[in-house]
Amino acid sequence: MPLFSFVIRRLLQMIPTVIFILIVTFVLVRMLPGDPASAMLGDRARDADVNRINHELGLDRPLIVQFFYFAERIATGDLGNSIGLKVSVLSLIMDRLPVTLMLTALSAVIALALAVPLAFVAAFKREKLADSVIRGTFQVGLSMPVFYVGIILLTVFAAQLKLFPVGGYGTTLPDKLYHLFLPALTLALSFSAVLMRNLRASIINVMNAEYVDFATAKGLKSRVILLRHILRNALISTVTLFGLQIGTLFGGAVITETVFAVPGAGRLLIDSIYGRDYPVLQGLTISLAILVSLTFLLTDIIQAWLDPRIAR
Amino acid sequence: MTASTAQTTMSDGTKGLVVRGLTTTFDTTRGLAIAAADVDFDVAPGEVVGLVGESGSGKSVTLRSIMRLIREPGKVSGRVEWGGRDLVAMPAEELRKVRGGEIAMIFQEPMTALNPVLPIGVQIEENLKAHTGLTGSQRRARALELMNIVGIPAAERRLDEYPHQFSGGMRQRAMIAIALACSPKLLLADEPTTALDVTIQDQILKLLLDLRDRLAMSVVLVTHDLGVVAATCDRMAVMYAGRIVETGTVAEVFARPHHPYTRGLLGSVPRSGHSRTMLQSIDGTPPSLTALPQGCAFHPRCSFATEICRTDRPPLDLIGAGRRVACHHHEEVAAAEPIL
Amino acid sequence: MISLATTTRTVLRGRKLPRSLIGGGLILVISLVMAIWPTLFAPYDPNLFDYNALLAPPSWDHPFGTDSFGRDVLSRVIHAYTIDMQIAIFATVGPFVIGTLVGAFIGYVGGFWEALFGRLVDATVTFPFLVLVIAIVSVLGPGLGNMYVAVGIVGWVFYARLVASEIKVQKRLDYADAGRVMGYTPMRIVFRHLLPNAITPAIVYWMTDMALAILLGSSLGYLGLGAQPPAAEWGVQIADGKNFMNTAWWISVFPGVAIVLTGLGFSLAGDGVAELLRVRR
Repeated sequence: MPLFSFVIRRLLQMIPTVIFILIVTFVLVRMLPGDPASAMLGDRARDADVNRINHELGLDRPLIVQFFYFAERIATGDLGNSIGLKVSVLSLIMDRLPVTLMLTALSAVIALALAVPLAFVAAFKREKLADSVIRGTFQVGLSMPVFYVGIILLTVFAAQLKLFPVGGYGTTLPDKLYHLFLPALTLALSFSAVLMRNLRASIINVMNAEYVDFATAKGLKSRVILLRHILRNALISTVTLFGLQIGTLFGGAVITETVFAVPGAGRLLIDSIYGRDYPVLQGLTISLAILVSLTFLLTDIIQAWLDPRIAR
Repeated sequence: MTASTAQTTMSDGTKGLVVRGLTTTFDTTRGLAIAAADVDFDVAPGEVVGLVGESGSGKSVTLRSIMRLIREPGKVSGRVEWGGRDLVAMPAEELRKVRGGEIAMIFQEPMTALNPVLPIGVQIEENLKAHTGLTGSQRRARALELMNIVGIPAAERRLDEYPHQFSGGMRQRAMIAIALACSPKLLLADEPTTALDVTIQDQILKLLLDLRDRLAMSVVLVTHDLGVVAATCDRMAVMYAGRIVETGTVAEVFARPHHPYTRGLLGSVPRSGHSRTMLQSIDGTPPSLTALPQGCAFHPRCSFATEICRTDRPPLDLIGAGRRVACHHHEEVAAAEPIL
Repeated sequence: MISLATTTRTVLRGRKLPRSLIGGGLILVISLVMAIWPTLFAPYDPNLFDYNALLAPPSWDHPFGTDSFGRDVLSRVIHAYTIDMQIAIFATVGPFVIGTLVGAFIGYVGGFWEALFGRLVDATVTFPFLVLVIAIVSVLGPGLGNMYVAVGIVGWVFYARLVASEIKVQKRLDYADAGRVMGYTPMRIVFRHLLPNAITPAIVYWMTDMALAILLGSSLGYLGLGAQPPAAEWGVQIADGKNFMNTAWWISVFPGVAIVLTGLGFSLAGDGVAELLRVRR
């Protein structure tokens, strides 16, 4: 089982990354202006109370000790309590993160649905009119800020044509998907542009490979040549890019959720910044970073499955 | 004999492959490159024909043109008759059935010709799936049988392995197994042994000859190695700058080359019993395909060249049964003292 | 030893400039001119309130209409070039310089530093860039200056990675050995000989990065974390107009067009530079 041992090895490699994520977040939190005690108690707190809180939080210990306390608490799932909302950060994140996950997953699906067929058309009609139109359109899409696309789609399709809700989130799954469609499309446009560009180049590369000639010489049906021989090989590099772009997609989700008033983790992040709710900010940063590294793991596994030469 | 019976005999493949006036050009930024021009040759059933020449002489392009594997901006004209049908003008779906089913092709470098991400078994079975009505388990059994025929040990296990897990020689055997899956009547082999060690080269050539006998198929073998031609082919055609310059049986051509280029090629091959003589090489380099010389394309490198060679291109004349040469001075060349 | 200037000249000589470079370069030159002398082009003061023309649609007087304070949208779009082009340059020049220097060091010494840097890269790419920048800006406080700092803290890593891997390739080439044999100091070998040849990918990335910086800057402006109102900045303008999209679409739509055009200019120029330099390789 080379794939299995590959996954194990890859999981072990995640450990230093997670430690690094914790260090960065820890440093970031220490950089905050003012101390957490004052933030919790407000400006008119008495010194004795501040000291008591600082002691309770272990803030009077050496930094390295503080870090281990910090790491230990996070390892046990204790992300502290929200200052503004008075609930545990973990429960807040568990509540909001699934929304963002569904949004990004839906937009990834839309992006692939747009990118794959169009990349094929562009690659096969290389340097012809269709290729220029497709590439030009995506180039413009790539230069459009997410919030701008969002506002325009929101105005045209939700406010004017009333095809979609202007924001919010549903209760049942179909209803949720319906609410998330426009935000997901917004996110998908620039994402699909990145994927399309890479996939087109990759398809052109693979099309010239001799194994495609061999497949043609074997008299395979063009559908088999296209999907099994060209697409599968072309996707290998695109999958890597897909993984690397997940961070950008989460970043975009922060903005899209703000534009479309989607109650997800991105919206929570912006709210926590405006409300100076640092425990939430810290918890979200860690969760998103760990989520991204899990996505890297996933795309690596997909890549190893697509290309058996990797998992050796 | 009526027309319809003539038709049937032809589709039996008894006439083999007939190539007439096959011309392949590429429109490049530096002008029209004529990669193959007016190529004529026949391959009888069960025959092994060698296509010989330096790299860039058009032998691989000719092979690919027969299979219509030339990509844009390449253009192919002429006729390639197979079983009474013209492959050049054939509709795509009909051509697809011929490819891999009746005519198969193998390539020089199995590492790049085999799909790196598919197990060998899948690459054999997809061929069977495209051309036969075999069920999944029948295909698997046939794949196993093919692996045994081409001499790959531990076939059962190796079917599930990927190309990178095979050695060079085994990869070439695997490619042959894939190509021969549907028992084709004609195999086009593009330098099948060039990338291999000498000992393995020999094994692969023996395998090809053995398969030719077992499956009663014809083979067109493209190579730059005259040793390979001598060891395997019945007839040969020598190509230079996109044209066939000499054809004949291997024995005839080797014994008495009529074209100065063939003579030069033979002079650059070491032969047993003459180990003391100097190996000769042909002076100069092959011409650029976008700027072919006037007259005979070989004249700048030819010691027999005269005025007429600079102005008129010699036609490929019949000089004996199945023996053709394109040289104004072929009698002189043939009469010249043996090079060795 | 080939310096960048001479290689560029050799590349340019006898070659047609890529069309993308000409198109992109033209857009960028016009953008720069508007950024430096906005008053030459803008018909009005960008911050002038005109209560007689609130939310006026595009007309001869106001080609792009006016916003909810009666400010001329065209003049604001033109004046915003100053801030947004500044963002494109200021947000990227620091990372470019720092990243190139660090990358040259890491690529040259390798070993422990390279391994440590590798971990840092792994961790950096795990943090969604925008989330990290937003988090840092929120810690430092909103505003353009803090945004540059935040982008700088993260952004240099990408340049350093590019330069380090390129230096590693260059280091193995013969002419680096020749330098060592001739007794040049490592500093001289890196800066005079390796870096000019290794910097090309970083320059190409810089062009794309400037387009990304404008997207990032306007996004932060939109969220209220970048340029602060009433500054004329495209993101801020789009945020100003978002509540009027159904009645006065022009407030948000025109600044967006400016973002797209400028972004296109940078990415076209980037493609052109890449194409131009690829010829050499």
